[in-house]
Amino acid sequence: MELLANLATGFEAALTLTNLAYCLIGVTLGTLVGVLPGLGPIATISILLPITFTLPPVSSLIMLAGIYYGAQYGGSTTAILINLPGEATAVATTLDGHAMAKQGRAGAALAAAAIGSFFAGTVATFLLAAFAPPLAELALKFGPHEYFSLMVLGLLASVVLAHGSLLRAIGMILLGLLLGLIGTDVNSGMQRFTFGLPELADGISFVIVAMGVFGLGEIIRNLEHEETRSLVIKRVGGLMPTREDFRRMVAPILRGTAIGSVLGILPGNGALLGSFTAYSVEKKISRTPERFGKGAIEGVAAPESANNAGAQTSFIPMLTLGIPSSPVMALMIGALIIQGIQPGPTVVTDQPALFWGIIVSMWVGNLFLIILNLPMIGLWVRLVTVPYHLLYPAILVFCAIGVYSLNNQPFDVLLMAVFGLLGYLFAKLECEPAPLMLGFILGPMMEEYLRRALVLSRGDATTFLTRPISAAMLALALIAVFLVLVPAFRKTREQAFQEEEQ
Amino acid sequence: MFFAVGVLAVLVARDYPLGSALRMGPAYFPTVLGVLLTLVGAATMVRGVTQPGTALGRFAWRDLLLILSSTVLFSILIRNAGLVAAVVTIVVVGAYASTRFRWGYALLLAFGLAAFCALLFIKALGLPIPMIGPWFGH
Repeated sequence: MELLANLATGFEAALTLTNLAYCLIGVTLGTLVGVLPGLGPIATISILLPITFTLPPVSSLIMLAGIYYGAQYGGSTTAILINLPGEATAVATTLDGHAMAKQGRAGAALAAAAIGSFFAGTVATFLLAAFAPPLAELALKFGPHEYFSLMVLGLLASVVLAHGSLLRAIGMILLGLLLGLIGTDVNSGMQRFTFGLPELADGISFVIVAMGVFGLGEIIRNLEHEETRSLVIKRVGGLMPTREDFRRMVAPILRGTAIGSVLGILPGNGALLGSFTAYSVEKKISRTPERFGKGAIEGVAAPESANNAGAQTSFIPMLTLGIPSSPVMALMIGALIIQGIQPGPTVVTDQPALFWGIIVSMWVGNLFLIILNLPMIGLWVRLVTVPYHLLYPAILVFCAIGVYSLNNQPFDVLLMAVFGLLGYLFAKLECEPAPLMLGFILGPMMEEYLRRALVLSRGDATTFLTRPISAAMLALALIAVFLVLVPAFRKTREQAFQEEEQ
Repeated sequence: MFFAVGVLAVLVARDYPLGSALRMGPAYFPTVLGVLLTLVGAATMVRGVTQPGTALGRFAWRDLLLILSSTVLFSILIRNAGLVAAVVTIVVVGAYASTRFRWGYALLLAFGLAAFCALLFIKALGLPIPMIGPWFGH
């Protein structure tokens, strides 16, 4: 069994004392930012990114990954207890989770969320272990044509799965691609779009963009709607769900895991989409749909399983193809690049300890999360009461120092302020920043692959259509865009996102 | 907005050799993107004129200015005045944006964070940031 041997390699890498410690730090931080509204995994990972430079690659990736899926856990806690989703992915959980809490069954709801998440995490870990290596092998056969088409597909699919205007999202992608081209052209050594500023010659680090748009932009937006959060501390009550609860939970957890795993692989925010889809599926197939929204345990178990499964399977395209499916994955790629590892299909064969170590650490991390979350729930709840006016100056400081420490360049901090302004503008114009981020990361890669592909084909652009895999991916991209334009699908898409906004 | 950036990108890219599809010059890809972005911008404007949309929300100018200027101040201070002064400034100016600003807690927070950052980033992680900058005679 090759799989078992590989997993053994992973356990060896993940179970060293240091890596266990970093895993624990990661999931603890993740739970923390998941619980604290206004601070998300994107900002946290960007702040910590410069620090990870001093760590070995496995430890740094294990910690960063822990932050991401840990945040999915933490978000559900506040969703259930105070009807306030710490993370966008926990919005679906508020519907029934908080209703259960009001009935004095908060303990059962929290347990359902934790058990569902743990099960989903375990399944997703195995999926990752089983499917990533063959996919990476396939990807090794990809030429520049296939990569270019794959990126087109990825970018367009992220637009379809994001909410808001399609046109604006495409505009944001293009803007991101252009921003990514700032700096010295690799082939000719020519400086592009630098406006004569030497500081821009190496391009803009994506950490600056991420911190500006997601960190600063978010702070300004939150300050605009500053309000006090009141905490209704309820007794959490018995943690053990009843036998009846268990019976009701099993099928939704299985379905939620399946839905979340599939949607997690797709570009866009898979974990977010998964939790909503899982919730509406449960409601549709339930024999008693009227119970939903009034404290149905199925309505907690399914979306929580889905968001955790999605958070983990979204690592598949990142680890095997080197292509990020979400801003968080883009940051992970950045973390690998900082360590001098070029993400892509060769990671599996060249860095087996890293690859399998990350996978195994996710399972270990899920175990930590259950231990952290259930008994210590009271502590996490108290953290929600940290007022925002004490929290955001700290975020501001960490953003500034984080960006400065990248290159010890005060100019980078100025640049972050510019992107903070842009981030706020985007929010005002209702433009989603995530597609911009994806375009920004993919811009230089896309140009490179386009160039190579056209050199190979001697300038013949039809080469993308004559190679079967490449043509199939472009066709899929086209279908995805047309789907949005078809009225029927458009309606359901809008509905799905409307539910989310409520 | 997209329209303007798109046009700008095409114009700037015109300074670079375009090259052919076979031997792509540095301007090829940006020009293609710029043209596409211009088209998207134009389409957005057409839709903006023909379809009734929601007006832009009010801008939180005060918050925006305070947060951005605190960041700008930080970038000026960090190298010249050192970490402590930069952190204290960014926290106080930044915190001033909140409607619940009080001098007492803001100063407390500022010095607390400054001490914490000095310990974490300079002592523990050894980042090359001056604690007290050359402006104070070091």
